[in-house]
Amino acid sequence: MKSVSIRDLSVSFGAVQVLHDVSFDVTPGECFGLVGESGSGKSTILRCASRLTDGWDGEVRIGDASVREMPVRERCRTLQMVFQDPYGSLHPRHSIRGALEEGLRVNGISDREERMAQAMRDVGLPVSFLDRYPHQLSGGQRQRVAIARALILEPDVLFLDEPTSALDVSVQAEVLNLLVRLQREKGFTYLMVSHDLAVVDHMCDRFAIMQHGRIVEVLDREAITRGGATQPYAKELIAASLEYETAI
Amino acid sequence: MENVLDVRNLTIRYRGAAEPAVRDVSFTLGRERLGIVGESGSGKSTVGRAMLKLLDTAEVTADRMSFEEVDLLRAPERQMLDLRGRRMSMILQDPKFSLNPIQRCGHQIAEGYRRHVKCTKAEARRKAIEMLEQVHIRDPERVYDLYPHEVSGGMGQRVMIAMMLLTDPDLVIADEPTSALDVTVRLQVLRILDGLVRDRGIGLVMISHDLNLVRSFCDRVLIMYAGRLVETLDARDLDNAKHPYTRGLLAAQPRIGGPRGDLPVLDRQDSWLQPHQEVTA
Repeated sequence: MKSVSIRDLSVSFGAVQVLHDVSFDVTPGECFGLVGESGSGKSTILRCASRLTDGWDGEVRIGDASVREMPVRERCRTLQMVFQDPYGSLHPRHSIRGALEEGLRVNGISDREERMAQAMRDVGLPVSFLDRYPHQLSGGQRQRVAIARALILEPDVLFLDEPTSALDVSVQAEVLNLLVRLQREKGFTYLMVSHDLAVVDHMCDRFAIMQHGRIVEVLDREAITRGGATQPYAKELIAASLEYETAI
Repeated sequence: MENVLDVRNLTIRYRGAAEPAVRDVSFTLGRERLGIVGESGSGKSTVGRAMLKLLDTAEVTADRMSFEEVDLLRAPERQMLDLRGRRMSMILQDPKFSLNPIQRCGHQIAEGYRRHVKCTKAEARRKAIEMLEQVHIRDPERVYDLYPHEVSGGMGQRVMIAMMLLTDPDLVIADEPTSALDVTVRLQVLRILDGLVRDRGIGLVMISHDLNLVRSFCDRVLIMYAGRLVETLDARDLDNAKHPYTRGLLAAQPRIGGPRGDLPVLDRQDSWLQPHQEVTA
């Protein structure tokens, strides 16, 4: 199990500064949430920390190692990401086998068939699905494939970028249950972006509320129901979510 | 009660599809708020679009499909052009995609009005600004001249609502009107829509994947599964829903402060595909 530590992360796209000195720590084996309205910079943190976006300032460490100094293969075997839209994140013309095998091949890992079969079993899909293409799978099944692809290299940390917001509640429940089980079995550290406080409350131990590229407040999960927020925006967001749930 | 919509055994098959997307759906709508709920692909949006006859690539059959005195099955496109945007209108999911990006917000609102009501440009402008006020836009004169990319999602959706309600329609179909919005503005937009719909006695069809949202903003709810209606019930009776699909959808939703065990998942049954038995209360 590894920790994630983010220090003074700042990034600008052109003239616009998108993240302003973001710092927080995720303890090993924890599920840490990032919430906030659209455009607040939640996903950008994941993209910077995984180095999908470059040109940022600050420091991101996984365990003892800085992501900047990790060789790319080591980084990929330490940290993996699951994206929001399972319709967009799988190559439409690669079979599931192709999607899962690529990472193994790049990393020169042997017994690939056995590992792919195990990954499929881990996410609750039949091994025969390896020969299917994404369009032959439902949204929930695709997201399971995306999770299988992320865990096949046995990483320590998973970045989850709205992993269920493109899915129906019925399918969301299955994927959330899967993520909880995998964390329990494999000891992953999760950093999860979500706009849904109910999902954060279900999954996370602690979470950060973001606005305009800054962390407004870091809270324990209990703070949602017990009114532990102190910052005005954090209070507003929690109140709006609670009102939405109870008015509804 | 006079019916705004009366639909009997509506079946819709998209061209080239083996199975119909919607099968034998029957419902009526009075001056009330009706929710249609189901998972993606259940056919709920298809039903909404069929009411406006927007499905020109699909084969639509029904024993009856009428809007007030108009028989929609026989209405020619000419007549539909007069109905759409005048007496029936549709609010779409995401203002980023449903507003014209190269026209000022106010212009789009006024244009719809001028298409149906004979009046001067200045009059249409005045009406549009009045309507922007009614959707709680504080500075309507300024917003009138903004382009859609210059307004936030919540404001864009209020512009959309203003545009759709300006001609005082009898029927509004709202297709996921708030799912693209942040939670902090969702309720505000819903309340504005709800207030206007009630004040004007509009028949509202609210299409949503969110049972809980429909519960508080609708009077009655239709539950759809795989193109079929599986249950119809009053919104206040949702907790007593009989159909396992409805109950499964309700239970699968994580709740703030809820238990952290595994979420209940749907155990889909083939019997759910059988024709719907009207539940008599």
